[in-house]
Amino acid sequence: MTEPVVLVEGLTRKFGDFIAVDHVSFEVYPGEVVGYLGPNGSGKTTTIRMLLGLLEPSDGKASVLGYDAFSQSEEVRARSGYMSQKFALYDDLTVWENLSFYGGVYGITERARITETLELVGLKGHDRELTRNLSAGWRQRLALAIALVHRPRLLFLDEPTSGVDPAARRVFWDLIYELAGQGVTVFVTTHYMDEAEYCERVGIMRAGKLLAIDTPEALKAGTIPGAVWEVYASPLQMALDNCADCKGILRVGLSGDHLRLITEQGLNARQVERKLKDIGLTVQAVQKGEPTLEDVFLSLARG
Amino acid sequence: MEVLVNDSILIQATNLEKHFGEVRAVDGIELHVKAGEIYGLVGSDGAGKTTTMRLLVGAFRPDAGQVSVCGYDMSHQVEDGRAQLGYLSQRFSLYEDLTVLENIRFFAEARGLSAREWYPRCMEILAFVGLDAFKDRLSGQLSGGMKQKLGLASALVSRPRVLLLDEPTTGVDPVTRQDFWQLLIQLINTTGQQNGGVAVILSTPYMDEAARCSRVGFMRAGQIIAEGTPAQLRDTLADRIVELRGQPVGLLRRIAAQDADVEDVQAFGDRLHLRIREGRTAVAVRHLQKRVPAAGGELTAVRPIQTTLEDVFIALLENKETDSEGMQSMNGVP
Repeated sequence: MTEPVVLVEGLTRKFGDFIAVDHVSFEVYPGEVVGYLGPNGSGKTTTIRMLLGLLEPSDGKASVLGYDAFSQSEEVRARSGYMSQKFALYDDLTVWENLSFYGGVYGITERARITETLELVGLKGHDRELTRNLSAGWRQRLALAIALVHRPRLLFLDEPTSGVDPAARRVFWDLIYELAGQGVTVFVTTHYMDEAEYCERVGIMRAGKLLAIDTPEALKAGTIPGAVWEVYASPLQMALDNCADCKGILRVGLSGDHLRLITEQGLNARQVERKLKDIGLTVQAVQKGEPTLEDVFLSLARG
Repeated sequence: MEVLVNDSILIQATNLEKHFGEVRAVDGIELHVKAGEIYGLVGSDGAGKTTTMRLLVGAFRPDAGQVSVCGYDMSHQVEDGRAQLGYLSQRFSLYEDLTVLENIRFFAEARGLSAREWYPRCMEILAFVGLDAFKDRLSGQLSGGMKQKLGLASALVSRPRVLLLDEPTTGVDPVTRQDFWQLLIQLINTTGQQNGGVAVILSTPYMDEAARCSRVGFMRAGQIIAEGTPAQLRDTLADRIVELRGQPVGLLRRIAAQDADVEDVQAFGDRLHLRIREGRTAVAVRHLQKRVPAAGGELTAVRPIQTTLEDVFIALLENKETDSEGMQSMNGVP
């Protein structure tokens, strides 16, 4: 089997009494796009900071591109790109000036490389624009260009799409896939449950612990015990109270004006409707739903 | 417009504008939110959600247009209007060195509840959000989810008719988010019969969360570019999203993108989602089933999938670039 690009074993970081990252272990293989999904404060950024050698682990170890992440962090950083959550761009410089400034930090001075990188992220022709005039989506591409200018084999993206609109987010993901197609390994964090669907494998983080890591499909198959239904029924409160004790209904939750049920496998819509009528509900509609990574998260979190 | 005279509308904005220098942060917003509704203002950072919220609570003066809350005009009856409002700002701060009860008492007294009223009301609202057992705990020692519930309790302590929540769930643990929604829906349901009901306006960057609102307004560049119930919005793309699986993905993608009936191709890991022209789904699927094997690829699964609000939003943004006419017709869905 190929050597992992990132190999993490029992990685732990404490801040005083607080355990930000709690014995996390996983591997990332070449060319993979791996997501790290979790709410704010679940340990995503702290993990990345340890992988880049910016923070010393309290326990465990991480190797990145074959180097020890902490003791050989310079080797790691020379070969990996990092786009941080709050990336710093110089607003009063042009796109070109920003990229050539950061390129210089990595010792990259060739104009051709700057041009190529701008082309890669779709900023060709915008090199003379002032950074302050860029939309959120374009700024984000410039930040990606900065992370890519030294042609890293591994890219760490910390919540790269926070705050950009869904259309810009899709364009961004197209870029990520293009990079992955060229053999770049991508490790990306997000707190958007739906965004994690873009990743080949997703790690679910909560309170410093890695609850699971697998493909979105396998996570859904492995943690959601049955079929998902979107049910329009009333009264809602009674539905919530009674469904919980109803045989065959494994979970019930509210989703706006309707219910989201997880039932045992093998029931059809009519059978689900019958169950709900039997507990005294008026049923308007029962539709098959799609399991989501939020369902996975809730399943894992509630144990 | 007959909606304007409907007395169940608790909060209303007409032609609302707010400029910061050259930037039109809010650019002609119309909102009519009724008792019993949870209205979602959905958009990315900079779309104008927070500015809209601040105009609605009267923290900013609009450059044009007006806001009324329970019939009070916020430009000259702002105190009466605010008495009807509960507001949870994005950066809600509580006093970490005060207990839960002391924090909520502070908000109760600030909202003018008398010494006789505040205690029973605070206990009632703490019980509602499930914090009554923690009333004596220091707020600094609450979990994130509990802090968020305390924020909600503080916004609710004066029994507002209109609740404004600015990104209450951004970055929040999904478990907490689920509990938070259950509280909101209970609030809407239990206050429905008494005192005429409550209206909630909530802003969020999450498309999947928008699906939980009774009505959604998509915001972009200071405008609401489409509005409707989640079902109405999804119906605009009904049966037009198809998922493909197969090998090799690059080939599938190329073939799909070349099909004249395919408007958009998006990769999700090893799956592709296609948006297909109206009424052409069956035709496009037949073409793919023929063309992929002919080109030496393998199609392992083709299935129509549920349209998401994100699909709708993206289709709208693309239309906006080519056809601003079509966008306008989406507006004002009842």
